[in-house]
Amino acid sequence: MIMAVESQTSVFADWHDICGSEDITLGTGMAARLFGRQLAIFHTKEGYFALGNCDPFSGANVLARGIVGDLAGKLVVASPVYKQHFCLRTGICLEDMTVTVPVWRVVLRNGRVLVSEGER
Amino acid sequence: MNKPKLVVIGNGMVGQRFLEELVSREHGYDITVFCEESRPAYDRVQLSSYFSGSTAEDLSLVQDGFFAEHGIKLMLNDEAVAIDREAHQVISHSGQRVDYDRLVLATGSYPFVPPIPGNDRPGCHVYRTIDDLDAIQASARVSQVGVVIGGGLLGLEAAKALKDLGLETHVIEFAPQLMAVQLDTVGGNVLRRKIDTLGVRVHTGKATQRIEEGRNQLHRLVFADGELEADLILFSAGIRPRDQLARDCGLAVGERGGVVIDNYCTTSDPMISAIGEVALWDGRIYGLVAPGYDMARQLATVLCDEVCNGFCGADMSTKLKLLGVEVGSIGDAHARTEGALTCQFEDSISGVYKRLVISPDGQKLLGAVLVGDTSDYGSLLQYSLNDMTLPSSPMSLILPAGDGKPALGVDALPDTAQICSCNNVSKGGLCAAISQGCNTMAALKADTRASATCGGCAALVKQVLDAELKRQGVAVNNHLCEHFPYSRQEMYHLVRVNNIRSFDELLERFGQGHGCDICKPASASILASCWNDYVLDERHVGLQDTNDNFLANLQKDGSYSVVPRVPGGEITPEKLIVIGEVAQRYDLYTKITGGQRIDLFGARVEQLPLIWRDLINAGFESGHAYGKSLRTVKSCVGSTWCRYGVQDSVAMAILVEERYRGLRSPHKLKMAVSGCTRECAEAQSKDVGVIATEKGWNLYLCGNGGMKPRHAELFASDLDDDTLIRYIDRFLMFYIRTADRLQRTSVWRDNLEGGLAYLQDVIINDSLGLAAELEVQMQAVIDTYECEWKRTVEDPQALRRFRSFINDDSADEAIVYVRERGQKRPARAEEKLITLESAS
Ligand code: SRM
Ligand SMILES: Cc1cc2nc3c(=O)[nH]c(=O)nc-3n(C[C@H](O)[C@H](O)[C@H](O)COP(=O)(O)OP(=O)(O)OC[C@H]3O[C@@H](n4cnc5c(N)ncnc54)[C@H](O)[C@@H]3O)c2cc1C
Ligand code: SF4
Ligand code: FES
Repeated sequence: MIMAVESQTSVFADWHDICGSEDITLGTGMAARLFGRQLAIFHTKEGYFALGNCDPFSGANVLARGIVGDLAGKLVVASPVYKQHFCLRTGICLEDMTVTVPVWRVVLRNGRVLVSEGER
Repeated sequence: MNKPKLVVIGNGMVGQRFLEELVSREHGYDITVFCEESRPAYDRVQLSSYFSGSTAEDLSLVQDGFFAEHGIKLMLNDEAVAIDREAHQVISHSGQRVDYDRLVLATGSYPFVPPIPGNDRPGCHVYRTIDDLDAIQASARVSQVGVVIGGGLLGLEAAKALKDLGLETHVIEFAPQLMAVQLDTVGGNVLRRKIDTLGVRVHTGKATQRIEEGRNQLHRLVFADGELEADLILFSAGIRPRDQLARDCGLAVGERGGVVIDNYCTTSDPMISAIGEVALWDGRIYGLVAPGYDMARQLATVLCDEVCNGFCGADMSTKLKLLGVEVGSIGDAHARTEGALTCQFEDSISGVYKRLVISPDGQKLLGAVLVGDTSDYGSLLQYSLNDMTLPSSPMSLILPAGDGKPALGVDALPDTAQICSCNNVSKGGLCAAISQGCNTMAALKADTRASATCGGCAALVKQVLDAELKRQGVAVNNHLCEHFPYSRQEMYHLVRVNNIRSFDELLERFGQGHGCDICKPASASILASCWNDYVLDERHVGLQDTNDNFLANLQKDGSYSVVPRVPGGEITPEKLIVIGEVAQRYDLYTKITGGQRIDLFGARVEQLPLIWRDLINAGFESGHAYGKSLRTVKSCVGSTWCRYGVQDSVAMAILVEERYRGLRSPHKLKMAVSGCTRECAEAQSKDVGVIATEKGWNLYLCGNGGMKPRHAELFASDLDDDTLIRYIDRFLMFYIRTADRLQRTSVWRDNLEGGLAYLQDVIINDSLGLAAELEVQMQAVIDTYECEWKRTVEDPQALRRFRSFINDDSADEAIVYVRERGQKRPARAEEKLITLESAS
């Protein structure tokens, strides 16, 4: 497992330290800044995920405050504004597949949450 | 005209079903029923629920006025003591002699008490009637240790009851394994291990030799190899048919008891029939209710001269949950058929064992044993009952879900497939009822009786319902969501009864997956209603609905609003000034709400704790404008100032608001108190409305404004303060306990069977015997109230989340305001562009 993470990280040159792994309560999200952009970082039982923080339906920067869970096998966050669901792995909106939010890669290294620059 | 006289002895489950079958036909009999017990028929199958809150009325199987309506004479408390076959008379304990032309024995059976010396000591019980349960309950109050003698199906059920009554519980079984009738040895052992871990001590292979005076507890049970002390002893060592009457009058009885009957339920005297557990058919006694119901139906057709195919035996398959462990047994569970093949799956870590017994040619399912997981029971039973050909690899039927398990699918079942064996309802019968409009489980159950008895078929009935509705293009399901196959009401009970304190625990025990934005907030609400823990506690924070998550109402631009509580709408000038100052300090848009208080809009998430610190210092507390909980109690000025007022409506509104503040409920709650009938507080549009009268208060319930307004109904009149509060306590807790997710009291009330009268009965007359419990639960919530905002501003852990960014102290640049009528408001998209450009 550790091996896999290490080899995966080496493919991406720039990893940015966002916060400590304990800083985000399990089962919740927090917004973060990276080069002026807003990210929503989620801490789930299946690991950490990062999406763009802007909810495309309301234009508000709030996705990090949504409830995380799973629907039909997909890990999702529900927008706190109008409740659409976005897949944490792909950023695709389950209610309208033409709408997506950006996705970043996240790894956990030495107890820190790192995000790779550039969208996935 | 002289009607033929029909006498029925025994008004148990089967006797009563027989009467119902009879009166649903053109029968023409003059009917008399002897009932030894002090109450007419009740549901023995659900007997144990008597300990978990069901009342004798809940268990009753007899509709109000049934006997009167059908002209049936019911002799309660009067045992039939003899049958005079020559005179065609039944003689009763009270000395009556009643003539019969036809006689039906439905006397059931009695619990067998092994002839162990000391078995009649005080504190020794059996488990068959409501009176038995009353006696057990009374003894349990003064007991610490309980022992059940007998590890069969009923014994384990009784053990559960003792455990729930708070006793240290032991089960003594003579055989080397539990449930020897239904399970094979491995299955019995898996069950035993599971039960052991639940804290019930199981002792197998133990014969009790005598019961004597104990040293530390009341009794001592002495075995060949040891002894055990206990205060309460419960015998559950099998049943014996109550055939004494039949023996005394010379009817044929079996060697080991039971009144011999033929396929038409006729005994050796053609004028006398026997049904239910007293009847011996083909050398067998059926200790289950379904075969008895079938006999009742057959006999009714015989007595009405209808074509009758006769009773031809019954399937003894069972599925149940014993002490929380699922157990199922189908057909030839012990593989007694010559040459039978078997295959099994065992996972000793999670305690799951499944075994299939298959015909020698590998084609048909003969039997099965399931322990720890009975999710396959329904489909396996269908394979066995309908003689369906098994898939080429039968093992796949019992492997854990997911791995390409072939779904039986109710579509695959023939219309003749029996779905509910208790009530002999076929798939075709269900479909017919569904097409006639029964499109909820409740309606289907009421119409066909399917799932109304043991409930074992409920899952399958539901599948048929869902499949049929899907075919008709309707989709209905009361499951909370894909993660929990339960309604909100069921979830509430699971949480209460199992003392569940967190969502993770709930999910692990009763759900699947990770949860979602439906079940998480619903569970958070239930947990809060039950235990009232701090909602932003680490365990609960991720569950909260958007607004509860930050204890504020989210606005369209991602900012929040702040609503301090203003009980009853009464506020001092000093406090008004503080609100004004806080609004100025943080530049918040200020508006008087429709709920007699003040809303401050446009706070960024990181400002919320600062704003609240200022408000709390000035004596304000959370207004819960964000919660599915009590919002406001609106008041009019009342007798203090108003020339018409007859009571102090403001004081009452404040009392009520402070009592129920913070109470989490299925949906928001609104209340109002008016000082006289002019009703300036609009109490009749609230969930709880109180209107002053000369003598006290009138209480109105279940009103609603909003999308679909509904007037509240007058619930009770001229109440004094204490009674008023007591009724509101009970009402709110009853609603919290039974409503669906996001169901306002108005909709809940409209769906309540029995309507207002039922609600009055429950709350005023305590017809469910729940009142005391509801009051205690409400008091617990009231006693544990704390202002969530006060707690939050003092809790560094919780405050960590009140930041716009975890790695940066800047504010969200997308929250932009312009000014209008002297205050700020969110900029529209085009205005934002301009602002951003001019800034850069
Ligand atoms: C602020 C206020 C309007 C105002 O400016 O006056 C208001 C504002 C909102 N109402 Fe309301 N309602 C407000 C009084 C009412 C009233 C009048 C009353 O309470 O006397 C009603 C009708 C009465 C009733 O509920 O029976 C009302 C019926 C609703 C409904 C429809 C409820 C229904 O059963 O049909 C919703 C939607 C919902 O709850 O699902 C709603 C939802 C909302 C929400 C929470 C919508 C949302 O999710 O963002 C609004 C957010 C408030 C905020 O950000 O602070 N609001 N809302 C009032 C706050 C009262 C308070 O002090 O707490
Ligand atoms: C705790 C418990 C759990 C059970 N669980 C299940 C289950 O899950 N599934 C299942 O299928 N079955 C279950 N059973 C068995 C089921 O309750 C019986 O099969 C069913 O009640 C039999 O109905 P009956 O009418 O034959 O007998 P009963 O219901 O016992 O009724 C007989 C009635 O006749 C009365 N009577 C007897 N003699 C006389 C007389 N001389 N004069 C007047 N009245 C008389 C008795 O007092 C009694 O009220 C359970 C039983 C118990 C006790
Ligand atoms: S309801 Fe009656 S007491 Fe209250 S303000 Fe109106 S008129 Fe006065
Ligand atoms: S099988 Fe018992 S209620 Fe249907």
